[in-house]
Amino acid sequence: MSSHEHQDHEHHDHHDHDHPHAPPPDADGTLTYYQALELAVTSLLIEKSVFSADEMRRQIEAMDARHAGLGGRLVARAWVDQDFKARALADGSAAAREIGLEIGPLKLIVVENTPEVHNLVVCTLCSCYPRMLLGLPPDWYKSRAYRSRAVREPRAVLREFGTEIPDDIEVRVHDSTADMRYLVLPRRPAGTDGWAEERLAALATRDSMVGVALAQPT
Amino acid sequence: MSDAIPARFAPGDRVTVRRAHPPGHLRTPFYARGASGVIERLCGAFANPEELAFNRPGLPAQPLYRVRFRQAELWDDYDGPARDTIEIEIYQHWLEAAR
Repeated sequence: MSSHEHQDHEHHDHHDHDHPHAPPPDADGTLTYYQALELAVTSLLIEKSVFSADEMRRQIEAMDARHAGLGGRLVARAWVDQDFKARALADGSAAAREIGLEIGPLKLIVVENTPEVHNLVVCTLCSCYPRMLLGLPPDWYKSRAYRSRAVREPRAVLREFGTEIPDDIEVRVHDSTADMRYLVLPRRPAGTDGWAEERLAALATRDSMVGVALAQPT
Repeated sequence: MSDAIPARFAPGDRVTVRRAHPPGHLRTPFYARGASGVIERLCGAFANPEELAFNRPGLPAQPLYRVRFRQAELWDDYDGPARDTIEIEIYQHWLEAAR
């Protein structure tokens, strides 16, 4: 469309439509190859009774209901209970189950931030993420920019998230390339002595458990 | 898994990632191929994803390790302290004892 036509079109819209708030155009353009493939496979699976449409809907609903508060519970327990922390660092999945978190077949590795090491999680190959404990990953986690740069220039990426790691602290990146999933155990913020576990859990934000931020008192 | 391939490496061993470029579904990042690092831990044994991708069983299961590399080993112009590291999950058939 030429710019001239475009202007005409806007002109036309403005004057010929009597309703002041025309609905925006639908965003459903032509399906991409993989979108069409997904729909085709889904309808076949339902048609062949591998699962029902309602089962699929329920699964999506259950995944959407997951949130970072679940990971926060694990972090808060590790902050208040040194023995639990040791168990979580040795076997993250067992520790999550121990406090009643339902994680399915998740193979969890918990990595601890210390005065010597800051951990950062990325999946360069796709978007592996501990969804059972953090919910669905944010868009930036899945972006090509984050996935390629987090392994190449992690300190620059951290700075863009507002997180400055001093040079005397090792930045340790975890590329989640295969069967394990990673949760960062952030450092417990100062000034939180005696806080109840529930209150502490709220400090362990999604970003602090991916490692792009620190846990901070709000 | 009882019929898993035995683990050849132990934590602390120095290993080198094979510099190979086979076609298909691979879980060994390009940037790690040819690099040397240290076994951080054995994660267990898992069906080989390169076989699973073609709907084959991927058995016997391959030992999977976390390998720790110095960033400077991976990137010639890494812009950060020499102490910075990266850990990557790599299956045993991609690893050789470092010379």
